[in-house]
Amino acid sequence: MAATRAALSLWHRIAALLGSLLGLLGAGGTRAADLPADTAEGLLHVYNGGGVTAWGPALLVRKSVADRFSLTGSYYLDAVSNASIDVVTTASKYKETRHEFALSGDYVYRDSQITLGGSTSHEPDYTANRFNLDISQEVFGGMTTVALGFTRGDDTVKKKDSPEFSDKARHWQYRLGLTQILTPQWIMSVNAEALSDDGYLGSPYRAARVFGAAVPERNPRTRSARALMLRVKGDLGSRDAISASYRYYRDTWEIKGHTMELGYSRYFGDAWLGDAYLRYYTQGNASFYSDNAQSETLYVSRNRQLSTFHDVALGTKASWTWKKEPGKYEIKLNGALEYARFNFKDFTDLRTGDKYSYGATIFQLFVTGTF
Amino acid sequence: MRLSARTVPALAALAAALLLGGCSSFSMPSVEPWVKPYERERLADPIMQFSRNSLPEKHVEHVRDVREGSRGATGVQGGGCGCN
Repeated sequence: MAATRAALSLWHRIAALLGSLLGLLGAGGTRAADLPADTAEGLLHVYNGGGVTAWGPALLVRKSVADRFSLTGSYYLDAVSNASIDVVTTASKYKETRHEFALSGDYVYRDSQITLGGSTSHEPDYTANRFNLDISQEVFGGMTTVALGFTRGDDTVKKKDSPEFSDKARHWQYRLGLTQILTPQWIMSVNAEALSDDGYLGSPYRAARVFGAAVPERNPRTRSARALMLRVKGDLGSRDAISASYRYYRDTWEIKGHTMELGYSRYFGDAWLGDAYLRYYTQGNASFYSDNAQSETLYVSRNRQLSTFHDVALGTKASWTWKKEPGKYEIKLNGALEYARFNFKDFTDLRTGDKYSYGATIFQLFVTGTF
Repeated sequence: MRLSARTVPALAALAAALLLGGCSSFSMPSVEPWVKPYERERLADPIMQFSRNSLPEKHVEHVRDVREGSRGATGVQGGGCGCN
């Protein structure tokens, strides 16, 4: 209740701000927003780190069905083999598969774009349904784009081999974004999001530690969060560009997070585009997180996602234009590789007694076609 | 809770109506767009897009969402994945 009231209060402020903004940005006359291009994407994704391997294919097709309307369908598969530190210290290794289907429609009217979408994700013990509405509007002669978005989610949480366990989680997300052309070479964006969660927000498998003994974790049933992200990108003039971003996050579980990223992109010849980036993330722990609690409290968790840690990632991407017929179609082959290092400050590896850390690799191969 | 869940979409719908119908009727002639459409060629290049391919970005966002405490405000439509 408190979480939703807080989100509502923020939404009132956002609505008031938007009203003022619209009054200021009327200049520029009528333009027409473009529908997203007809696209097909095929992806093979692999994550490997911390004892977890998750991989699978994903497909996306977007096709316009009239001048102003396009449909997008996608399928995403995650085949997970989990022998993470939580699993090996309290349970046994397992495998499971997640399937996600999504369908959305884009409608363009004058210089506005409206997107209505839904998705459903299924795992043996977790079902999640999402519905979203996003609206963007070009204003100020096309120099500014204002975007509003809303997502509503409903999850069903179950526990393998425990048919008596079943719980729900509900999610609300409210987004406001502003993209601004600054100069012929520079562009920036500001995105704000308020998130509210209600229901079962933990894992029925995970154990906390109290006086050294394993007990089921106990999480609050509400969580409310705010995130603000600033991004800037500049053309350096030699067919290359730099980018920088910063995100601030905080929530009612008292987690505060900072995300920073620096990137550089460059063309090599006519067919190659390369990107490299460095990302740093740091957060403080949730108020009820404890590696080994020394008192009995209402809430207690040893979920390391809620602990104090930082991670550093170095990533690279390459895109090669395989076939191109200007104005007709373009097919690109792409690859991406990221290595990230996670270092935990207050999460002990129970096998060694040391602070836990691990490295993770993200690998992607994908084909994109625009028509 | 029930009141909030109804009020918020209503406000969103109001804001959407303002976005769709209200923009071109306002005027503030003192500020003109200072980057003309013909000056935006370099900004239209794929190298200048914040987001190029939705599927691979969704994958990376999912990997981060389930490992880091922070979420949201990444500018991705739909608001990330519904999974644990």
